[in-house]
Amino acid sequence: MSTHISDATSGAHEQIGHSEAGVEQKHLGEKSADWVDGRLGVYNLAKANLRKIFPDHWSFMLGEICLYSFIIIILTGVYLTLFFQPSMGEVVYHGSYVPLQGIKMSEAYKSAIDISFDVRGGLLIRQIHHWAAIVFVAAMLVHMMRVFFTGAFRKPREINWLFGFLLLFLGMFDGFMGYSLPDDLLSGTGIRFMEGAILSMPLVGSYVAMFLYGGQFPGNDIIPRFFTIHVLLIPGIMLGLLVAHLILVFYHKHTQFAGPGRTEKNVVGMPLMPVYMAKAGGFFFLVFGVIAFVSAIASVNPIWAYGPYRPDQVSTDAQPDWYMGFSEGLIRIMPGWEIRAWGHTLELGVFIPLVIFGLMFIVIAIYPFLEGWITGDKREHHILDRPRNAPVRTGLGVAWIAEYIILLVGGGNDLFATHLHLSINAITWACRILFFVGPVIAFMVTKRWCMGLQRRDKDKILHGRETGTIKRLPHGEFVEVHAQLPQEELFRLTAHEQNAPAELPAEVDENGVKRKVSAAAKLRAKLSAGYFGPESQIAKPTGEEHAEITSGHGHH
Amino acid sequence: MTSQDNMSEEHLPEAAHGHGGGAVVGKDGYFADPGLPPHEHRRTDIDEKAARRAERQVAMWFLLSMVATVAFIASYVIFKPGPTHHVYIWPIGNVAPLNFSLGVTLGVSLFAIGAGAVHWARTLMSDEEHVAERHPIESTPEVREQVFADFRQGAKESGFGRRKLIRNTMIGAMAMVPLSAVVLFRDLGPLPEKKLDTTGWKAGMLLKNMNTGEPIMASDVQVGSLTFAMPADLSEDDDDFQERIAKDALMLVRLQPGDIKDKKSADWGYQGVLAFSKICTHVGCPISLYEQQTHHVLCPCHQSTFDLSDGARVIFGPAGHALPQLQIGVDGTGNLEALNGFTVPVGPGFWERSE
Repeated sequence: MSTHISDATSGAHEQIGHSEAGVEQKHLGEKSADWVDGRLGVYNLAKANLRKIFPDHWSFMLGEICLYSFIIIILTGVYLTLFFQPSMGEVVYHGSYVPLQGIKMSEAYKSAIDISFDVRGGLLIRQIHHWAAIVFVAAMLVHMMRVFFTGAFRKPREINWLFGFLLLFLGMFDGFMGYSLPDDLLSGTGIRFMEGAILSMPLVGSYVAMFLYGGQFPGNDIIPRFFTIHVLLIPGIMLGLLVAHLILVFYHKHTQFAGPGRTEKNVVGMPLMPVYMAKAGGFFFLVFGVIAFVSAIASVNPIWAYGPYRPDQVSTDAQPDWYMGFSEGLIRIMPGWEIRAWGHTLELGVFIPLVIFGLMFIVIAIYPFLEGWITGDKREHHILDRPRNAPVRTGLGVAWIAEYIILLVGGGNDLFATHLHLSINAITWACRILFFVGPVIAFMVTKRWCMGLQRRDKDKILHGRETGTIKRLPHGEFVEVHAQLPQEELFRLTAHEQNAPAELPAEVDENGVKRKVSAAAKLRAKLSAGYFGPESQIAKPTGEEHAEITSGHGHH
Repeated sequence: MTSQDNMSEEHLPEAAHGHGGGAVVGKDGYFADPGLPPHEHRRTDIDEKAARRAERQVAMWFLLSMVATVAFIASYVIFKPGPTHHVYIWPIGNVAPLNFSLGVTLGVSLFAIGAGAVHWARTLMSDEEHVAERHPIESTPEVREQVFADFRQGAKESGFGRRKLIRNTMIGAMAMVPLSAVVLFRDLGPLPEKKLDTTGWKAGMLLKNMNTGEPIMASDVQVGSLTFAMPADLSEDDDDFQERIAKDALMLVRLQPGDIKDKKSADWGYQGVLAFSKICTHVGCPISLYEQQTHHVLCPCHQSTFDLSDGARVIFGPAGHALPQLQIGVDGTGNLEALNGFTVPVGPGFWERSE
């Protein structure tokens, strides 16, 4: 294969060599391409990818938003480092913002104020950086939901799911560190909260806190340390993960929804060059343009209004950026449990939320492996599920989102209380109860909803769609005329596979000896029945059923 | 003729699509895949005039971007930076002209490039769907066998399995070498020792009003007021001001002596003036919301609520224990002073904290 290619290339060389100087201009692009290929061998790569086919669906652009906002964050972040001073050295402000005149503050805070007021365009870049971070995390979460609800995480894409998960996790923390850097009163409160959370860890808490802050809170080290982690360590890791994520997307080829002509063994769509280069490349500018526009008209994190951080001062309505809101909710709705014994304190009121925070992420990371184990499915999947056709998975996903939203509300309980004139205690108690009840209700409602949609699909297949045309029969009865779905629709609606629940082996083997069935196998069979039992899926109609019903037309 | 006028059988939808049995059934008993539908031409594919119009539209977007970039540079030169310049723009409100004009022009110059490119792709580039084959991700059995054989060969040639001495010492060396890196992190910070248990307060230390910087006369603290105080030896100009104020900040209230439910709490105050740590025992926010009627204080961060009339015990929220109280009295001139340091650690709970 490779020899064949190199033969072709050297043939092209000769041709150019033989041609006269008059056509040199025409071949300048080819010449430079040959120069590069002679050193990097890029033609094989280009052959596989220039006309690579990508399927089209609006939800596939969510991942693009993540990529583009990440690039915007890097570009604007580099600009900000040219002016930002990551130092907690104390200075007295004598700049252009009058309300802060003569006030003591850290150099970090002063330089962030100067970027906002004295560097032309500095405020805009700061705002674009912050807005892009907000969009970045939101887009990652929504992109992840798309992948989850369509089952795109199944084999062979489990590892790419993990890469994406790590990007979400790291992106959140890098966002937290980023908005902490200006050392303003609001973000300093967040850093104090982090100290309290670290201190609650049994055995190691006070040591970790001392090492992280370089001594007692707040110390002089946390801003410069956060700066290095924020601009170098985490973005470096994320860049690596991002490249790996994209390489795998190319390598696996993109998933597609079921439809006529689309199978597990092909991918139907349009080529990277030119369609997706133009569409995806153009989409980068659309995302950047919209974020720039939003940054022009909507203020985010007006640090000058908060003032510099002092540990004995605080403002009301102290909220983190939205993506940290659910951890705020965890910490707010937790009762103040504390165990004091043998000269030690176990601060459960802070430590339990910290553990649940970790668990909410771990379930995301392990879900593909969990579902793979339950289904026992070892095959590759490239055709996406419609969420309704996987009611338990969809229900679990919605339950997670419900929990997340309940915690977001808990994290803003003071805002809900003041804006809706409700008792903050009542809101907190409601969130405490909903923390347990909400996801269960969300799961049950979603599962039933999916089952209803499956029944509706079945009905549409067997009886056709409602046309809105009313027909009066000879004996006076009125009926609505139903039109049979076209073959494409019939195929699309029934293209999904339906798994049967895993069965336990018979209790006795062929020799009548009692078989040992492990607890894990029993659990798996139970979970499998939950996923694929009659309570969780409607058998899709066969062609036979369809023929039977449609042959006796008009008598349904 | 409208549809109501013609209700004959062949005009009804059911008739139009033919009756049952029209569906093609596949081998598996379900509906067969009809295959890719034929490509449908867009207007720009068949009408050269429409294509030229689309071309002009794309060019207009790119031109708009150029204009916006010029406007961006002009805005950069014309408008002054700083907090004092404002103009009112409906419906956004007051905006800084520089930020607003730079952002809008940058936004337009970028968006227009994107809009032009996407319009180009949608109207003029081929929208014919192509089919590419997928190949299984996993390797063929032959490749698998080859790789395993190569690996076995390599492992055999290295003698890794046979020469146990090399293997074990190498694993030992590799396991130990990261310890150097761990050791290097020791100087990130000091050990906790008793740092979290102690504060700057000690017996005889005067209380200083946080706002005025003056000592506090007991008689100046009125019922219903909330006063913030710090140790008299602490100054905002001190190098360690931030670390000390993070633990030493106090709040003072005065209660009618009859309203104080907790006997010890009353004893530690002076004529109903009580001094509590301002640092929340939950995660360390400064508590600042005081309800004069109930003598509850609320932490604005996570809504832990403490009852100052009852030894600052927790009555709601996530805090695990009461706010520490500082025992106070007055000196010869009637100024409030600490009679003792804090007897329990202030601020958030931690593993080594004993009470």
